[in-house]
Amino acid sequence: MIHDFTYLKPGSVKEALAMLADHVDECKIVCGGQSLLIPMRQGLLVTDYLIDIKGLNELSYIKYDAKEGLKMGATTTHRMIEKSDVIKKHYPVLVEMEDRLASTQTRNWGTIGGNLAHGDAAGDPAPVLTTLNAQVKIASAKGERLVPLEDFYTDIFETVMEHDEMIVEIQVPPMPAKSGVAYTKFNLLRNDMGVVGVAVSVVADASGACKDARVVLGNAGVTPIRAKSAEKVLVGKKLSDALFAQAGEAAAADADPVSDIHASEEYRRHLVKVLTKRMAKKAWEQASK
Amino acid sequence: MEKRLITLIVNEQAYEIYVNPKTLLVEAIRDHVGLTGTKRGCETVSCGACTVLVNDMAVKSCSVLAVQCDGMKITTSEGLEVNGKLAPIQKAFLDNGSYQCGFCTSGMLMATSGLLKENKKPTKDQIKESIEGNICRCTGYNSIVRAVEAVARGEYKEGSV
Repeated sequence: MIHDFTYLKPGSVKEALAMLADHVDECKIVCGGQSLLIPMRQGLLVTDYLIDIKGLNELSYIKYDAKEGLKMGATTTHRMIEKSDVIKKHYPVLVEMEDRLASTQTRNWGTIGGNLAHGDAAGDPAPVLTTLNAQVKIASAKGERLVPLEDFYTDIFETVMEHDEMIVEIQVPPMPAKSGVAYTKFNLLRNDMGVVGVAVSVVADASGACKDARVVLGNAGVTPIRAKSAEKVLVGKKLSDALFAQAGEAAAADADPVSDIHASEEYRRHLVKVLTKRMAKKAWEQASK
Repeated sequence: MEKRLITLIVNEQAYEIYVNPKTLLVEAIRDHVGLTGTKRGCETVSCGACTVLVNDMAVKSCSVLAVQCDGMKITTSEGLEVNGKLAPIQKAFLDNGSYQCGFCTSGMLMATSGLLKENKKPTKDQIKESIEGNICRCTGYNSIVRAVEAVARGEYKEGSV
């Protein structure tokens, strides 16, 4: 049973930020509500005011520029990302990720900003966007700031955002030359939440060695985790199957998973090991093409 | 709590209703508009029984607030028939035995209708993907997929049934 709340529907971002400033500690923002309405219905989340930004079309856009990269407004739906030709061309990994994010119905209504702000460690966009070096633009009535997605999450369902702030845009830099990125998750239903997810991005240098690598684990801890010791295994070397396997071992050690109804801690570590090996190889094959 | 006046255009008819802002779209359709074809199932965005089209897109009406759909076009399973004739997808479900208990059926009809609006010739994989968010405990899904394939092959003409 959802507790009563006062419903506020801003007509612009400016108005939304003013409402947030007015009701700082007693409000929640809803957009697609595909995540938020579940704890509200379970009575786990109670709010006095609900600010509905679903109708803010000024935040529903996908822009790409070869120099600046990709910019997505916070209320852009998952389905818009999945169907975007420009994203398919420049960041195919985002289309693959969106395609398995949830059911078609949820992707039709849920938004990228809502997914990131919700902060579920099992969410798919955060690990992928972190390997792509993405930033989120956060706004309040006082101004805007950019936060690398890597620094965005602080704890389970917690972010660096103050209570008067909201995500307005997601920015992804252009893909470097000779780079590759791959993401997968393990689950029983193709578009269910991942038991764990692994995203890997790599960049090759002129000599054919790995210049840069990012390995990000989803649902292997309370927030998305950068597996830095796995990255160390990869950087500076000409990559091989032995190194992919070694990176997998390192990532499994970096992971900090829980045991729950879906999988034990041990099994999650095993999945991280195997999926990191596979995704590193897949990303490297793209980079060294 | 202050009720809000909203307009839902359900199956091409406008309904002005006063709702508590916490009213879910499925509650507005069933309890305020009075159309009970749309089912309340899991209410956790898992089972798909509550699927309707909002502005021609399939969504789960248990996870959408009715106030968010103010002024929007909603299609439920009752809105599929045209002039008293079954829509092709409905007739195909009948012919292929695509249900037993029927609880998931309106959700299945709306999820696959959403697919067919986007893509008139979906592949078998695309059909399966469109109902990934819908649970059926009777059919094993194959008869549902067969029905959609039959419509995609053009075996049913609009208004012919």
